[in-house]
Amino acid sequence: MSTTASRANAPDDSAISPSASTPAPVAGRGRTRFTGWVFVLPFAVTFALFMVWPIVQGLWMSFTDESLTLSGTDFVGFDNYAEAFADPDVWSSLGNTVFFTVITVVPLVVVALAMALLVHSGLAGQWVWRLAFFAPYLLPVSVVTIIWSWLYQPDLGMANQALDKLGMEPIGWLSDEAFAMWSIAALTVWWTVGFNFLLYLAALQSIPDQLHEAAALDGAGAWRRLFSITLPQLNRTTALVAMLQVLASLKVFDQIYILTKGGPNNSTRPILEYIYDVGFTGYRLGYASAISYLFFALIIIISIAQLRFFPRQEG
Amino acid sequence: MSATTTRPRLHPAGGPLGRRPRRPKGDDESTPLLLGHGRLPKVLASGALVIFALLWLLPFVWAIATSFQNEQDVATPGFNPIKGALTLEPYRVILDRGNVPIWAFNSILIATLVTVITIVISTLAAYGLSRGTFRGRKLLLAVTVSSIMVPPQLLIVPLFQEMLAFNLVDTYWAVILPQVVAPMMVFILKRFFDGIPRELEEAARIDGASDLRVFWSVVLPLSRPIVAAVSVFVFIGAWNNFMWPFIVTNDPALMTLPVGLATVKDAYGVVYAQSMASALLAAAPLIIVFLFFQRRIVKSVATTGLGGT
Repeated sequence: MSTTASRANAPDDSAISPSASTPAPVAGRGRTRFTGWVFVLPFAVTFALFMVWPIVQGLWMSFTDESLTLSGTDFVGFDNYAEAFADPDVWSSLGNTVFFTVITVVPLVVVALAMALLVHSGLAGQWVWRLAFFAPYLLPVSVVTIIWSWLYQPDLGMANQALDKLGMEPIGWLSDEAFAMWSIAALTVWWTVGFNFLLYLAALQSIPDQLHEAAALDGAGAWRRLFSITLPQLNRTTALVAMLQVLASLKVFDQIYILTKGGPNNSTRPILEYIYDVGFTGYRLGYASAISYLFFALIIIISIAQLRFFPRQEG
Repeated sequence: MSATTTRPRLHPAGGPLGRRPRRPKGDDESTPLLLGHGRLPKVLASGALVIFALLWLLPFVWAIATSFQNEQDVATPGFNPIKGALTLEPYRVILDRGNVPIWAFNSILIATLVTVITIVISTLAAYGLSRGTFRGRKLLLAVTVSSIMVPPQLLIVPLFQEMLAFNLVDTYWAVILPQVVAPMMVFILKRFFDGIPRELEEAARIDGASDLRVFWSVVLPLSRPIVAAVSVFVFIGAWNNFMWPFIVTNDPALMTLPVGLATVKDAYGVVYAQSMASALLAAAPLIIVFLFFQRRIVKSVATTGLGGT
């Protein structure tokens, strides 16, 4: 690791430095000031190429009728945006995204907190619990979907076999509109709760024991201490976890695309999949960009609202 | 572990603090404080914990059991996943077909390159942004921080066109390059560098060390925990990344594990034992790494400042 990094550093620096104010070895007291722009250069270049440029290009594209198939491109003003506002598919896929966000954020925060409190309460076998809860987070999305599409398999899968054992009717976990989104939400909670769990665990470990000891001396019982010390101490972590989780859930695409392709009957299609469908299946890049930017605007509004809602004291 | 306590620790506010009063905490040490001393709470907590763990392990257990079965046995209904003799046949078929090993190789190569390049670029940039005096520093910092909010999916259409223009579609570089831009990591590293006292660097400068030398020999050694933490997250992110590699690679020989398993799945038809075997083979590397570096990774979450007080 260290050797690779040094090799990668050195030529980079020497290739650039001759061209401009060389950050030459500083001699004694007449030292040149460290400007640092050479250090920033590789990042600035990649950042400009693969972040800033696409953002600008995408914004421009959203005002054109750019297409993957046609060669000519015309400026169309706000036509794409007007079309998006009138497009029922935009609204229904946005509705699906919001629904998914609502039904995943709560369990992803509450279950993670419960797991962290239980593990932190010091029962033996810490590493087993940590492994059990965090391991799914390490799985690539396709592994998760392969395993869960087997669990949800209508005739042989674990879920329906369990129902059968209990004498209940089988359920079309991914094929029934009433269940599909919930099934995907369950899978998502299983898959990603581990990260929030670790955030909470780290936060719990940094609560000074003195607080608990003092309260215990004053006769506070375990429940009392949980609600008066532990949970208040976790407030900032909860705000952070909830915020990150809302943003992550709004961006859902992968597992839905692989499992249901947005079906049945578009009932699970999130907004990002609609953008993908419009752009890469329907070849309408300009229109896809316009929807992307509307979605981005929504994310910014939600982020600002959250920052207002949870004022974070931050250094 | 012992080394870290003598070094400045990252605090969310960015400053290395003095040693915080904390009990030396082993991995499996118990904390009676949260539960009190009664017997009942302990029993209830253990019960809840076991139930959660079983729920979370059940999908793995079911998948593992299926992967060691004949396809005919798998196709028999029943709640018990083990329906016949155990066999390695599904794994043999998957490995013979050769796709999974190729995808695993691609994943390892791509995730490693992304991590190394990201770390080099980001640590340098973070240091330049932390200590630099160049014109436009504030602007670059502001743009970098605000770009953290940009969902990567927003960039996919224009990025794809850019790759078409560069003639990079269906190459490793098309997968790698956009992933090495990590404003979040630059920000986390910068906050850490901000907290390192400058006196150390000044001393080295007076001794005639170049900027790069100061960075390499003074700053980086102090930053090992945070660099390790950032590396872990970049690696996991690159290893699991789906949407971008999926869009930019069509050639199965260039696909990563997540993309290959999701797109070439149809080739396996409804052979569940083989699907489970391929999924588990794909899952194994990171889980094994986690088993070895569990404490390191758990600590990483805290160190990046994501978890702190």
